[in-house]
Amino acid sequence: MSRDVTSEVLAFIVSRFPQAEVTESEDIFSLGYVNSLFAMELVMFLEKTFEITIPNEELRIDNFRTALAMADLIGRRSADAVGIAP
Amino acid sequence: MSTAYEVTSEEEAAGRSHLRSFDRGAVREFVDRHIVPFADMYDRLGRIPDELLDRIAEAGLWAPFLSAEVGGAGLDMVTLGRVHEEVGRGCSSVRSLLTVHTMLAWAVQRWGSPAQRERWLPEVAAGRTLGAFCLSEPGAGSDAAGIVTTAVDHRGGWRLNGTKTWVTGGQRAELFLVFARTATSIGAFLVPRSTSGVSVQPIDDMLGTRASMLAEITFRDVLLDADALLGPSGFTAGMVLTGTLDLGRYSVAAGSVGIIQACLDACAAYTATRTVGGTQLRHLPLIQAKISDMVTDVRAARMLVEEAGRLKDAGDADTIMATWVAKYFASTAAARHAGEAVQVHGAGGCSPRHPVARLYRDSKVMEIIEGSNEIQRLTIAAAAYQGRAA
Ligand SMILES: Cc1cc2nc3c(=O)[nH]c(=O)nc-3n(C[C@H](O)[C@H](O)[C@H](O)COP(=O)(O)OP(=O)(O)OC[C@H]3O[C@@H](n4cnc5c(N)ncnc54)[C@H](O)[C@@H]3O)c2cc1C
Repeated sequence: MSRDVTSEVLAFIVSRFPQAEVTESEDIFSLGYVNSLFAMELVMFLEKTFEITIPNEELRIDNFRTALAMADLIGRRSADAVGIAP
Repeated sequence: MSTAYEVTSEEEAAGRSHLRSFDRGAVREFVDRHIVPFADMYDRLGRIPDELLDRIAEAGLWAPFLSAEVGGAGLDMVTLGRVHEEVGRGCSSVRSLLTVHTMLAWAVQRWGSPAQRERWLPEVAAGRTLGAFCLSEPGAGSDAAGIVTTAVDHRGGWRLNGTKTWVTGGQRAELFLVFARTATSIGAFLVPRSTSGVSVQPIDDMLGTRASMLAEITFRDVLLDADALLGPSGFTAGMVLTGTLDLGRYSVAAGSVGIIQACLDACAAYTATRTVGGTQLRHLPLIQAKISDMVTDVRAARMLVEEAGRLKDAGDADTIMATWVAKYFASTAAARHAGEAVQVHGAGGCSPRHPVARLYRDSKVMEIIEGSNEIQRLTIAAAAYQGRAA
């Protein structure tokens, strides 16, 4: 599951930056790709694709540095969503 | 079936006019009754009277996309786009006020803490507090990264200093969404007009949207509580600005569709009555060509706006680019057709006798605000080179 999540996240990043060669543990900030437009698109993509909500306090740089970190975040938020489901 | 704009006799007597539905027909009726007949007068006055602002509040049109819990109607984005198109058909100054209020209301809903939402959303949903959007500065417009207004840590809160300009609704709004440089990023701050150190200087006599009550606003050592900051700090702080501008752009795109429709309506009516050499204008092929281009572009622009709206409703990240494209297409088409609409009306089109002179002036503004034409083309081209043109 986490593998699929990670590769979906990677696929999104590459769709926005086709010239990028990004691995799952690579810091996307250090590659200089992140601007506010991309950040917005990325958060919308994660929220829609994985049916999660990312609250302000989770919008920390460490949660978005790598595809792996994002997969972790998605895992946590999905678990939370299950926890509060009626 | 009763979906249209309805007024009961008691409401009528009390001068109230609730909108019971937000479908196009209902909003059109509201606009035709309360806005269209007065738009040229507002343009000359250079302001929108409180009476209309109150009517819009009573109709629930200020921020109907907010949830019912806070007094909104939970309206989807496609329908909101239609509402803004209809209002834009009637008067771009009124639509501009709706746009900036929408931007602030959405930002609070999307990014606000529970306390900020509780404090402000019922106010903005009801239109008791009108919002304005303060990004541009005397030295920075397209280049938002060039803003020099600062928000500095001050005893656990913030101290705000700087000048914002071209603020739509600034003369009238009670709550400003102000973008300022912090130590780490550009932050968004909710600043009530009544805060000490805020001063508002009206800007009059603009080329277009003359009744949108623009202002220059100065913040001099304005002290704010910590919770004036809206949304996350750090790398995602820019998302507040990006998301807010995206919605503003959507509203301006929809408003531009309204301008094209108004041009078409005016030209269709005028060419049916005006004769040259014994022939009605409507029978002349060159006039028909202009009308057919208006019909085609209004439909195309409307579809682009609807597509952007559908993507917003689906939470799809592609909405941002779809909105750029819709706004670019609709605003340039509006400016083109407003020019032709004046042409079709001849000298009368240059006079206050017909609305097309106002539409012409207003349409020019659409090519500058919420991302000028040049910035739109740069952004769309950048996406094309990412292989996202289709
Ligand atoms: C009626 C009206 C209402 C407004 N309301 C608001 C409001 O409510 N809140 C707010 O914050 N602002 C508002 N604005 C300001 C508006 O957002 C700015 O005018 C707009 O962003 C452009 O900035 P500028 O006027 O400083 O032009 P500049 O940024 O100085 O640009 C001047 C010209 O250069 C072009 N240009 C800039 N960069 C490039 C580039 N890289 N390549 C090619 N060409 C370029 C621009 O397209 C423009 O044609 C309003 C403006 C108007 C006219």
